[in-house]
Amino acid sequence: MASLKELKGRINSVKSTQKITKAKQMVAAAKLRKAQAAAEDARPYATRLAQVMASLASKITVSENSPKLLAGTGSDKVHLLVVANSDKGLCGAFNANIVKAARVKAQELEAQGKTVLFYLVGRKGRPVIRREYPDQIAHMFDTSDVRYPGFNEAERVADELVAMYEAGKFDVAHLFYAKFRSALVQEPTDQQIIPVPAPKASMDSGSLTSDAVTEYEPDEEEILAALLPRYLKTQLFGALLENAASEQGASMTAMDNATRNAGDLIKKLTIVYNRTRQAAITTELVEIIAGAEAL
Amino acid sequence: MPLHFELVTPAKLVRSEEVHMVVVPGTEGEFGVLAGHAPFMSTIKDGALKIYKTENGAPEEIRITGGFAEVGDAGLTVLAEHVDG
Repeated sequence: MASLKELKGRINSVKSTQKITKAKQMVAAAKLRKAQAAAEDARPYATRLAQVMASLASKITVSENSPKLLAGTGSDKVHLLVVANSDKGLCGAFNANIVKAARVKAQELEAQGKTVLFYLVGRKGRPVIRREYPDQIAHMFDTSDVRYPGFNEAERVADELVAMYEAGKFDVAHLFYAKFRSALVQEPTDQQIIPVPAPKASMDSGSLTSDAVTEYEPDEEEILAALLPRYLKTQLFGALLENAASEQGASMTAMDNATRNAGDLIKKLTIVYNRTRQAAITTELVEIIAGAEAL
Repeated sequence: MPLHFELVTPAKLVRSEEVHMVVVPGTEGEFGVLAGHAPFMSTIKDGALKIYKTENGAPEEIRITGGFAEVGDAGLTVLAEHVDG
């Protein structure tokens, strides 16, 4: 059995761990609210752009002359997996889940004889993927110098992706991130981003579904070509925002669990501590009484 | 009749208001949008939007980059990647 002093030390160390996890939980809760608000604010732009894209895409037919971002390169030999992770830990299985989804996809693609490359956003996914696919990492994008990945980061990622695409480094790109369902549930999602899948025309009566003939300036194809990279940026931005919200949600849940665990552990250790203390007192008393009787 | 004008960036909805007229620097030339404009879509040069709150008032200018304008039944919507001021 551990000595009283040892037990006391352990109780104190668990207590300070609990303080840390509790603080992190509250920080995550506050940040989650902020991240959700940011995701909310980004929605009008994304929906409008998707509507415009849908109505444009329904008007032109995809041919060889269409922009490459829409029509594809004509082959699907090289796949690029864009994996968006967080920069910080303490968020449970959040990063592990995303990386796992990407790995499953990578194995599936390699089984079909395709080449797989990785483009990593955020720090936490690096070690795992570097261990398994050391020569297949095309680029690691660093987001650790900014507090919250925002549109500027999405823009830079999109620009790099488009440049790589146009240089013929890959044919198809998939994006992996965690979709935010609730603070408890984050869904690792696999989404094809290049070639851009044509958004489906929604049936709701947006401003675009009017019957009047819309005029275009310049013509549809040119507008579409101009909008495709922007659409890509918006999608990446949306994914980054979802990821940020998911990270905070996962962190909140994980830290809540950790705090509760620490509480249970403290309770158990305290009981052991008190028992040991009483046993020591009893032994001392017995010794004194026995000594007194011997006189 | 006022024109409903919305300016949206990826980060947020910057403006949503009723104005008299907006002059947009389209890629193929500036155009002004009043209420009841025919449905129209255009890409925008990097430049300043001129917003006329009233018919004779001085215009308010907002510089935008990476823009796209859409005129529909609901009014004028400008999607811009970056907005200054």
